[in-house]
Amino acid sequence: MTREPGHLLPSEDPVMLIDPSGRAVASDGREMPPTDALLRAFEGLVSARRLNDQAYALVRQGRLAVYPSSHGQEACQVVAAQVLEDGDWLFPTYRDTAAIVARGVDPVEVLTLLQGDWHSGYDPTIHHVAPQATPLATQLPHAVGVAHAARLRGESTVVMALCGDGGTSEGDFHEALNFAAVFRAPVVFFVQNNEYAISVPLARQTAAPSIAHKGIGYGIPGERVDGNDAAALLQVLGAAVARARAGEGPQLVEAHTYRMQAHTNADDATRYRSQAEVQEWEAKDPLTRLEVYLRSVDALDDATLAGFTEAAEELAQRTRVALNQDVAPNPEDLFRHVFAEPTPQLRAQLDIVLDELDREEVGR
Amino acid sequence: MTAATVEHQKLTMAQAINRALRDAMAEDPTVLMFGEDVGPLGGVFRITDGLTQEFGEDRCFDTPLAEAGIMGFAVGLAMNGMRPVVEMQFDAFAYPAFEQVVSHVAKMRNRTRGRLGLPIVIRIPYAGGIGGVEHHCDSSEAYYVHTPGLQVLAPSTPSDAYSLLREAIASPDPVVFLEPKKLYWATDEVALGRGQEPGIGRAVVRREGTDATLIAYGPSVPIALDAAEAAAREGRSLQVVDVRSLVPFDDETVFAAVRSTGRAVVVAESTGFASVASEIAARVSESCFHSLAAPVRRVTGFDIPFPPPKLEHFQLPSVDRILDTVDDLQWEDS
Ligand SMILES: Cc1ncc(C[n+]2csc(CCOP(=O)(O)OP(=O)(O)O)c2C)c(N)n1
Ligand SMILES: [Mg+2]
Repeated sequence: MTREPGHLLPSEDPVMLIDPSGRAVASDGREMPPTDALLRAFEGLVSARRLNDQAYALVRQGRLAVYPSSHGQEACQVVAAQVLEDGDWLFPTYRDTAAIVARGVDPVEVLTLLQGDWHSGYDPTIHHVAPQATPLATQLPHAVGVAHAARLRGESTVVMALCGDGGTSEGDFHEALNFAAVFRAPVVFFVQNNEYAISVPLARQTAAPSIAHKGIGYGIPGERVDGNDAAALLQVLGAAVARARAGEGPQLVEAHTYRMQAHTNADDATRYRSQAEVQEWEAKDPLTRLEVYLRSVDALDDATLAGFTEAAEELAQRTRVALNQDVAPNPEDLFRHVFAEPTPQLRAQLDIVLDELDREEVGR
Repeated sequence: MTAATVEHQKLTMAQAINRALRDAMAEDPTVLMFGEDVGPLGGVFRITDGLTQEFGEDRCFDTPLAEAGIMGFAVGLAMNGMRPVVEMQFDAFAYPAFEQVVSHVAKMRNRTRGRLGLPIVIRIPYAGGIGGVEHHCDSSEAYYVHTPGLQVLAPSTPSDAYSLLREAIASPDPVVFLEPKKLYWATDEVALGRGQEPGIGRAVVRREGTDATLIAYGPSVPIALDAAEAAAREGRSLQVVDVRSLVPFDDETVFAAVRSTGRAVVVAESTGFASVASEIAARVSESCFHSLAAPVRRVTGFDIPFPPPKLEHFQLPSVDRILDTVDDLQWEDS
């Protein structure tokens, strides 16, 4: 390749197609996605927002141990799933519950982790969604491996690998980008830059002009996109996926967004950021701007919105009811799934637990 | 220091660790505290609360989010006259730093024939009992004690947390300082100042007893004490030894205790296979054989990944499991 490396650098400003007030804006050469795709994204946003708020309420009611909310980041969540085809893979983090649900996984299965019942509640092989990763950036090399295996097997799979701004400081992020570039693996690295890693602001993670600039060092093109603009995300992520599927290699996409709530319910965000800053982002809300735009082009009316809201409410209610049942998980699973076949020692240890449970029964 | 001049304060373990850091930083300008969220936020457990405000950004600060980087950076700082104290946010998030710990932190003195030691303290909130989701509850002590060159401490009281951390920071060699996070809110009268006895390398008898010895450390000490209390109600007198210092290990105190009762049970939350509990049981068996009326037993976590919150009580050593094990120690009257 003799091309100038400059083509690997991101645009000066993040790509934006709909501004915070809901008006379409020109962004050189990038087309507005079809209205039906925008409407589908909007339906997803309504659902994701409702789910985030439901999950947050379930923490307060003691039904979830913890919830890292993506309130404010729903456009990233929904579009990351929407641009994928059935055979593609998604590699999410703890913050990406809404993206996994947008991919079609039952929220009750997804929330198994945060409910404290098991480490991962869904079947990764059915949905092509990896277990949510908590150790930061460790999922990214896995994503590259899955993508490379797909190429070896002659499949046209694309892998969407998610991480946060803080995660880009970990060695695994850099190693994954390098592997993906060297093997030309069909991976889209999608960084949701929400300005903070718990309390630590982006300026403490990097002195680079942007996270997307990091791609050039590995020979990977970087893109910056407004993470609260679903239209821009559909355009940029859609193009990255198409490019990867066409065999043109990996891409790094940085979305500029904001986590409107604390890191988790256990965190006190007032200790490290101002209310004024939060309010500034309130005005850039991803739902409001897409709604205003869709209404302005007569693609959305009250009845359609009511339908979306009702469907979101139903999903939230079904989730709530299921979590409120609070069925105790089975301790046998602790011993059954360490190896394909339990060792003799694990069988003996399970017997100790079963014996204790029997004695408790008798004691009652 | 005479007893009369020692100042005492009632502190939680979290406050005691904070106070130890503060006192060490005030006394020695080369002591630096850094890691993830330890700056203005004061740490996710608020252990470093107020340190940035009091000592400034150069002394207590946030780094980029990269544990291998944090550890390697600490090695360089220590090579050039600083005494770094680093916080790994949770037990399992220390793993990216493992190579730096094993290949450099632990070995530098040995590789350089003693010319270069690394006075680094690695603080790790560790173990379970707080209903944490995966990767937040590991008992990772075996990895560290298995690595020659690392001192490994596991306090169980605010007083020990304070005094051992003061000694750790002053030590010429690296220390892995394991903070049982479920005990962060336990309180105690803490004696302030350096040089409080007993120091690194010493175990203590927490409760006297004559029938059998429970040997525990860190998060398992309060469970062992509860078991001893319950046993006393049933007419059995259990002694409790708090190991405190896993490396260096206090053979003398532990062996003397076991010889005095003739029976021993090691209690530890970590998985049992090839564990600290295994090492203690082996040492006691080898050295106290002629005083033992029964084989040394272990009550440990099962050999499974740490369970999700709703199942974690199956993994943690309990009073019942300890008493059942004590009952098995070949008593003549049973
Ligand atoms: C290897 C590792 N170190 C530390 C942590 C603790 N931790 C959990 S989330 C987090 C901040 C991550 O920030 P970012 O990557 O920006 O994602 P966000 O939470 O903002 O979505 C930290 C430090 C972890 N999970 N894994
Ligand atoms: Mg972030």
